[in-house]
Amino acid sequence: MKYESQSVAKLYFIAAIGLFVGQIVFGLIMGLQYVIGDFMFPEIPFNVARMVHTNLLIVWLLFGFMGAAYYLVPEEAETELHSPMLAKLMFWVFLVAGALTILGYLLVPYATLAEMTGNHLLPTMGREFLEQPTITKIGIVIVALTFLYNIAFTVLKGRKTVITLILLLGLAGLAIFFLFSFYNPDNLVKDKYYWWFVVHLWVEGVWELIMASILAFVLIKTTGVDREIIEKWLYIIVAMALITGLIGTGHHFFWIGAPEYWLWWGSIFSALEPIPFFMMTVFAFNMVNKRRINHPNQPAVLWALGTAVMAFLGAGVWGFMHTLAPVNYYTHGTQITAAHGHMAFYGAYVMIVLAIISYAMPMMRGRKACNSAASQIVEMWSFWLMTIAMVFITLFLTGAGILQVWLQRFSDEPMSFMVVQDKIELFYWMREGAGVVFLIGLLLYVYSFFVGGEERTVEKKV
Amino acid sequence: MSEVFTKSMARNIFYGGSVFFFLLLIALTYQTHEAWPERDNHENLTDQVRHGKELWENNNCVGCHSLLGEGAYFAPELGNVYQRYGNSTDAIKAFIMSRPKDGIEGRRSMPQFNFNDEELEAIAQFLKYVSGINTNDWPPNIQG
Ligand code: HEM
Ligand code: HEM
Ligand SMILES: [Fe+2]
Repeated sequence: MKYESQSVAKLYFIAAIGLFVGQIVFGLIMGLQYVIGDFMFPEIPFNVARMVHTNLLIVWLLFGFMGAAYYLVPEEAETELHSPMLAKLMFWVFLVAGALTILGYLLVPYATLAEMTGNHLLPTMGREFLEQPTITKIGIVIVALTFLYNIAFTVLKGRKTVITLILLLGLAGLAIFFLFSFYNPDNLVKDKYYWWFVVHLWVEGVWELIMASILAFVLIKTTGVDREIIEKWLYIIVAMALITGLIGTGHHFFWIGAPEYWLWWGSIFSALEPIPFFMMTVFAFNMVNKRRINHPNQPAVLWALGTAVMAFLGAGVWGFMHTLAPVNYYTHGTQITAAHGHMAFYGAYVMIVLAIISYAMPMMRGRKACNSAASQIVEMWSFWLMTIAMVFITLFLTGAGILQVWLQRFSDEPMSFMVVQDKIELFYWMREGAGVVFLIGLLLYVYSFFVGGEERTVEKKV
Repeated sequence: MSEVFTKSMARNIFYGGSVFFFLLLIALTYQTHEAWPERDNHENLTDQVRHGKELWENNNCVGCHSLLGEGAYFAPELGNVYQRYGNSTDAIKAFIMSRPKDGIEGRRSMPQFNFNDEELEAIAQFLKYVSGINTNDWPPNIQG
């Protein structure tokens, strides 16, 4: 660690990992509710568990992104963080607001929460992923703006690199597109259309900028490849992300009341969206092959390669699978969507956050470059357990989805939703089994931080 | 990548491409606004339907159901429930009203929301309004 103030990232990373565990526990609760319908009913109905699961995901990823920025921006800018105090203060604001929101979901009926928080004054609640009370949303905006201010001023007073520039653009875009969550028109068609300006333009737009820049940073540090080469890749990857992803939003406008020409625009541009993900894979492997040093932190390199591969599979391959309008006509809103959502989020955003944590955490905990060999081995086990479990979760959900489409939408005598759900129960049991393996992998990951021992030797030239 | 393709070319593609396609998205969005009145069933968007949407949101119905294919996948699609229930808002109301407070043993259970009559009517009317949106013929069949 080169600058004292980078260490504020540690708080953010610890919170991220803690909330990640919570997210998975609620995933497993839902997984059981899929097969034992009244499990925990009426104390924790499915919709409550789902809000907790998805909102924790988003919040911990945001903690991860902010931690990543606090760690890498001072190092790139070659200067201390503008205000470490503010970074710490905002950490607690965000954590407390997040915790209160989750407790609100769990402790009072949602309608009561809406009433308590004055949702009628500015109704924004009750939409997927944007379930937070309006007051929480305002809190998120304040935290995001303060964070941006802190990061931007650090960049301004120091060295400006392509990595910090792209990261800043991504983070600014994240804040700007979130503002659409405050727009909730009575007209359902418009509501849905602009809802995607948050959700799609995040995960298939500005978040890709964040992902690519963190990936570039970790690769520079662990491979020692020339910055010029890495920066050229970075520009072209994020260029392709936005060129395909902006109009690619149209793959969500097929069946929600938008005009028919979106069938074409959406299909064509979103079919190109795998390109930037494919480029990230080529990029990561290329840089590791061209490495000038053998970095002793092996898990960090593993996560960096893993995120490139799994993002391509989850977003690129599983995304492409259902993105063309004639296919999406049948798969829209089925378990195929859930399969894709899981692998894409895991591959792209979970793994990139774990990559930067893996790289940065040892140094913030006072080591020179990496953890002990024993700790690294445990961490790599957790990598494989979680990643393979996620592959199986995706495969089982895809199996469930294909059967669902066939039985409910495609066959000559379509069956009702609930009848079909009963018939494909086996796949949900298998998903739950893979989910338990995922949790074991995650707990092993947490455990790896507590494995001591001598630090591995520091980097060697190739 | 070779020397022919320089970093500044990559940078220009990034800025030029992003700005161009962002503007295109805005233009298409404008077009979409022009096309909506023909498709979005706004003529049936009454105050009652508005209230129905509010109830739909305040009770997080989308946390279990999908609506026009978006939401959760735990419970049936509701964009066409009006047709599935024989074009009857009464049937929709009867279903919502009759959910047992403690669920159904071993089955996926819908909560009892204790809506009053006026609220039930608003929700049913909201779902009826949704079913009138032009969705390019989606869902493929009545099962949703
Ligand atoms: C890392 C990037 C990505 C993430 C995190 C992601 C995540 C998701 C999620 C969570 C949903 C479900 C949204 C909902 O609840 O309604 C979704 C839907 C969808 N995604 Fe992605 N996605 C990514 C990239 C892609 C790409 C690159 C493509 C296309 C090649 C794609 C195609 C689709 C399609 C077509 C749907 C709609 C599914 C439906 O009709 O039900 N996604 N995505
Ligand atoms: C490990 C065990 C996990 C289980 C059992 C699980 C289970 C579930 C279930 C049952 C749903 C709701 C599907 C529905 O609406 O009917 C869901 C939604 C979701 N989960 Fe998970 N989950 C797990 C892990 C994860 C992980 C690791 C991630 C992120 C990488 C994740 C991200 C999501 C997302 C984005 C959604 C919304 C999907 C959509 O709208 O299409 N889950 N999960
Ligand atoms: Fe999308």
